[in-house]
Amino acid sequence: MSRARAMFAVLLPGIGSAVAVTVYVILLLAVESQAAIAALLVAGVVAVLAAARFGGMARIGRSFAERENAMNLVIILAVLAVTGFFYEDHFILLLMATVIIYVIACLGLNLQFGYAGVLNFAGAAFFGVGCYTAAVLTKNTAVPHLLILVAGGVMAAVVGSLLILPVLRTRSHYSAVVTIAFALLFKIFLEVNDTLGGPQGLPVDGMNVLGWEFNDDIEIGENFEIAFYVNYIVVGLIVLALAFTFVRRLERSWVGLNLDALRLDETAAACFGLNITRWKITAFTLGNFLTGVAGALYAMMLGFIAPTNFTFGDSLILVSIILLGGIGNPWGLVVATTILIIVPEKLQVIQEYRFLLFGAMVILILLFRPEGLLPRPLRTYLPGWQPK
Amino acid sequence: MDVGLFGQYVMNGLMLGMMYALVAVGFTLFFGVLNVINFSHGDVLTVGAFTGLATYLGLSAIGVSWAPAQVVIVLLVATTCMAGLGAVIARYLVLPLKAAPALNTLLLTLMLGTVLREAVRLFYPLGANPQRFPPLLPTTAYSFGNFTLRVDSVMLLLAGLAVIVGIHLVINKTKLGLAIRAVAQDEETAKTMGINFTLIVLVTFAIGSGLAAFAGILHGLYYSEINFAMGLLLGVIGFSSAIVGGLGNIYGAIIGGFLFAALQTIGVLAMPFASAYKDVFAFGVIILIMAWRPTGLISEKISERV
Repeated sequence: MSRARAMFAVLLPGIGSAVAVTVYVILLLAVESQAAIAALLVAGVVAVLAAARFGGMARIGRSFAERENAMNLVIILAVLAVTGFFYEDHFILLLMATVIIYVIACLGLNLQFGYAGVLNFAGAAFFGVGCYTAAVLTKNTAVPHLLILVAGGVMAAVVGSLLILPVLRTRSHYSAVVTIAFALLFKIFLEVNDTLGGPQGLPVDGMNVLGWEFNDDIEIGENFEIAFYVNYIVVGLIVLALAFTFVRRLERSWVGLNLDALRLDETAAACFGLNITRWKITAFTLGNFLTGVAGALYAMMLGFIAPTNFTFGDSLILVSIILLGGIGNPWGLVVATTILIIVPEKLQVIQEYRFLLFGAMVILILLFRPEGLLPRPLRTYLPGWQPK
Repeated sequence: MDVGLFGQYVMNGLMLGMMYALVAVGFTLFFGVLNVINFSHGDVLTVGAFTGLATYLGLSAIGVSWAPAQVVIVLLVATTCMAGLGAVIARYLVLPLKAAPALNTLLLTLMLGTVLREAVRLFYPLGANPQRFPPLLPTTAYSFGNFTLRVDSVMLLLAGLAVIVGIHLVINKTKLGLAIRAVAQDEETAKTMGINFTLIVLVTFAIGSGLAAFAGILHGLYYSEINFAMGLLLGVIGFSSAIVGGLGNIYGAIIGGFLFAALQTIGVLAMPFASAYKDVFAFGVIILIMAWRPTGLISEKISERV
């Protein structure tokens, strides 16, 4: 009995915060007036600062650290609750699905930046490879659509392998330039290339699994309709759960330990017998794979893709998300993506200025809080393990 | 291929090479004194070009219409403003991150570039559209068969050459240049010799950014058009030129700039059917060069210290 109570005491701050955040997000998404949204955002910042000031954040962090599996479940339930609340609102469900897909893509980048320290400023390009793979495969072949998700990832990894040699041979600034050049090259290539639709882009078929059309609204009974984006949210959540578990396990495993060693000091890692080439290739390829999977799902959800979705600016947004969340912390990523995607969409005033504001924000973070919103905690070797 | 057309290509290539070289020299100067890459350099160039355009419009508005005076004032205002901007960037954004990991400086300058680019797009009147740059130089042209020699191109080339020679003299013949070289060689020793490190860094950033503004005006005068995104391309190509020539080596950067322009021109000449792919080709070559010689054709003199 007392053990159950102790467990509950640990879980309570986590569940409480999850409920509070769910309610807050529902409010934020439901409110339309710009002034109210701005007020809500300010209130949110104040609440978080207050919680941090009075030690609330530490307790919530403990819930997550000690009962990670339970908390994962709570978060999934929270997302489903928000989805259920807006079951017929297309715009908001699209936003939520976008957030989920971006988190998957950023998990891939996180493997590269956060663990192995491999720079990749072409995130949007690999995302785009996934998108175009989905477009070509849905239109020209009968490949089952769930396999197309995998195919998008594989294509992104294959295209990424073209860059492996230059990325392996170069360091810091030099390897940054390789990926920047690739990001620019990719977009120009799409624009001048006629087979892939040129600047107009390509249409993509919606997802269809075993005869179930994802792009039709779900009708239950006479006058109860669910927006079709719910399909994508569910699939996105499943993919996200798999990707998240994978990244977490990888981080905790000896592979993650090797990657960390590689990032912190390449020379020292090599002295201890780590095969640098192997781990850099592993992290780069796995990361691109995840980004590509996210891209394929995104393309099928949008139904239309064009080169303007994959500019260098979009790559920089992905990097900003990683940095804002706290490099190497998957949970930070979730928070950062939610903020960076939802806030400009809801606060229409700043939509036009978003690149400018994100840029300025990242500069401020780098100057004053380089570890991000949720800094990566000490690595835990076992779930719930606590340093005594 | 006929000689006249070939001459036209050579002229075009030389002009491009001059711009790349000017940008590359900036990158190499910054790397020399601080060991950082300033990825916002290309966008400083854009801001410089737009400052020049705004100055021209201002001059026309107050009635100064004598072209030589306009050119001089436009150049002076743009280079001075960008020199100031460069010093501000160095003082408040790059120097505070001196002890941080290289990734942070990299990201910061990349984002600063985005901020500058977006600021031009959003806050310059109709900044999202390409802007016409006025022809301030005499537009007389002499034809030799197929080859048209424009007087303004020759003047631009000579001006660029003069600036490069000027930089060479400043770096090698003045006390300031000696200090810059000392800081580049060894920061600690330079400090113990009484050199004001911060001041030298600021001056170097000012010189480099002024050069970028000059290159931006050159671009505007030659192509008669500027747009908010031109710096991104020029910046990446300029940086690659600096790398090809070996970062920290000014002459390498100049050679790299011309080499790059030559490659691009040859690419267009060799594959006229694929001229739409000229930038794809350029970036592909950058990636290949990086794979082949990871620290540039003429690599850095000092090996990395562990």
